[in-house]
Amino acid sequence: MKQLTVISGKGGTGKTTLTAAFASLAKNAVIADCDVDTADMHLILKPEILEKEDYYGFEVARIDPELCIECRKCREFCRYGAVNENFEVDPYGCEGCAVCTIVCPNGAVSMEQRVSGQSFSSETRFGPMAHAKLGIGEEASGKLVSAVRSNAKKLAEQYHKDLIIIDGPPGTGCSTIAAITGTDLVLVVSEPTVSGIHDLKRIIELAVHFMIPTVVCINKSDINEENTQLIENFCAEQEIPVIGRLPYNDIVTKAMLQEQTLIEYTKGSECLNESEFSDQVCQIWARVENILMGVQDKQKGIKTLKMKNL
Amino acid sequence: MKIAIASGKGGTGKTTVSLNLALSLSDVQLDVQLDVQLFDCDVEEPNCNLFLGFDLEKVEDVVCPVPVIDQEKCNICRQCSDFCRYNALAALPTRVLFFPSLCHGCGGCAVLCPEKAIQETHRSLGVIEKAKGKSSPEFYRGLLNIGETMTSAVIKALKKHIDSRKTAILDAPPGTSCPVIASVDDVDYCVLVTESTLFGFHDLKLAVGVVRALKVPFGVIINRWGLGDSRVEEYCKAEGIPVLLKIPNDLRIAELYSRGIPFVREMPEWKEKFLDMFEAIKLQLAGVEEEIT
Repeated sequence: MKQLTVISGKGGTGKTTLTAAFASLAKNAVIADCDVDTADMHLILKPEILEKEDYYGFEVARIDPELCIECRKCREFCRYGAVNENFEVDPYGCEGCAVCTIVCPNGAVSMEQRVSGQSFSSETRFGPMAHAKLGIGEEASGKLVSAVRSNAKKLAEQYHKDLIIIDGPPGTGCSTIAAITGTDLVLVVSEPTVSGIHDLKRIIELAVHFMIPTVVCINKSDINEENTQLIENFCAEQEIPVIGRLPYNDIVTKAMLQEQTLIEYTKGSECLNESEFSDQVCQIWARVENILMGVQDKQKGIKTLKMKNL
Repeated sequence: MKIAIASGKGGTGKTTVSLNLALSLSDVQLDVQLDVQLFDCDVEEPNCNLFLGFDLEKVEDVVCPVPVIDQEKCNICRQCSDFCRYNALAALPTRVLFFPSLCHGCGGCAVLCPEKAIQETHRSLGVIEKAKGKSSPEFYRGLLNIGETMTSAVIKALKKHIDSRKTAILDAPPGTSCPVIASVDDVDYCVLVTESTLFGFHDLKLAVGVVRALKVPFGVIINRWGLGDSRVEEYCKAEGIPVLLKIPNDLRIAELYSRGIPFVREMPEWKEKFLDMFEAIKLQLAGVEEEIT
């Protein structure tokens, strides 16, 4: 079984749009939406939930006012400033470390489990899907990403699928790391803006740090040809394949408003511009599939490289 | 006054709004010039300075305390590894192993160790940098080390540089989880930037949930206005959420962004609009104050 994660470092470059398109092109895949903070894939794929599970993040400390003798020990030892002057715990500040429970001389502090979200195993028109909903302002989105990935694996085994396509979160932190570790290939969706180039460099550094083979696709490539060239040059220097360029096209928004993947939206379209765009996406997917088949074979596939100075 | 610029969805224009607002407010040519500080809280991918081009200097290393185990003193009683909520300590038959990347630096293991075998040292999480000399706006940013997960710790360290006498603009990271809470918690006002598309609208509702939970007064900016439909405006109207500004889906703005130029520099007529928005925010806050009294 192979796993592909689509990431970008930067938000809004088109990860979910592309991943949803891949979902409609892949013949034997499970889809995993690991952007658990702001999951959007379900808006297009409209999953029918088969199984639902409560997700418990970190525990939260609770101080029993009956037992609290206001000795201030918990305030003194809490490194996150989560206990206020009235000896109440701020649930957003608490990291669930439980130090307060061991320093309290009167056993007034206990750790409580809290439901931080839900994870789902579902069925969609393109096959099985694993996804989740993180509660508002909850911690540990990385942990929930791991839960979604393990559900995706179970679905793949259950339905004999040989590929998991993961839509990753923006950024380079905890949830992104959880979404890429141990995958076979990372596809970075980049955009030719000054910010896009900066974020691309950081995300590639992250993929290299975890030694994951990486390829790049440039979305909205015609909004700034000069920057597109800079991305191409940078990737060539780093020996990272650029497997496609997609021009800016408002069918992306149109398809989204119709709640369809752009492959569905452009099917049977008479409009040359639309069918051309959709063909380009199909070509990118074909390249990704070929690389995934060849990843094991270091000769034909691609290799992870030590990063030169970024 | 502290104003955070946030949005559930990435790529809606948080950095664009933060920069253009900070530049408009700190413009020397206008009679309203304020002392403005701009903070780039998107420490995983800080982009503000790409548009400002300031020379930066490091003002501090952000560190996390981590345990060092004296294997001579340790008798492998397992109390530390049993206690650690983050699985950063693992007791083997012959020694206790430590995984620094999992440690949150709570210090519990050192408190617990009956043999006093645990001392603490530091591991680096990232840096806080500042624009050299006197810049307008004053600019600070945090930068998280690659492969590091403790985003919120860097954001909290960055926010210690806020001067309460000045107007602080905070460019928040995307999403709705811990890094966003760390950025938006304790600000006076939050601007939510969205676009009126299926994803934009869905993520806006999540972001509204966050600011409401934190009890922070807020308003909405619709970016790329004209793209998509009217669902965001209808929602804001129904919910009584002020729409502070509409930035049209303008190729010129997108092109300036792609070149790393804040659009008020090339389209000065927008400065007034950002200043008007700032006034509207102050009025809204005054109204909130009145309600409380």
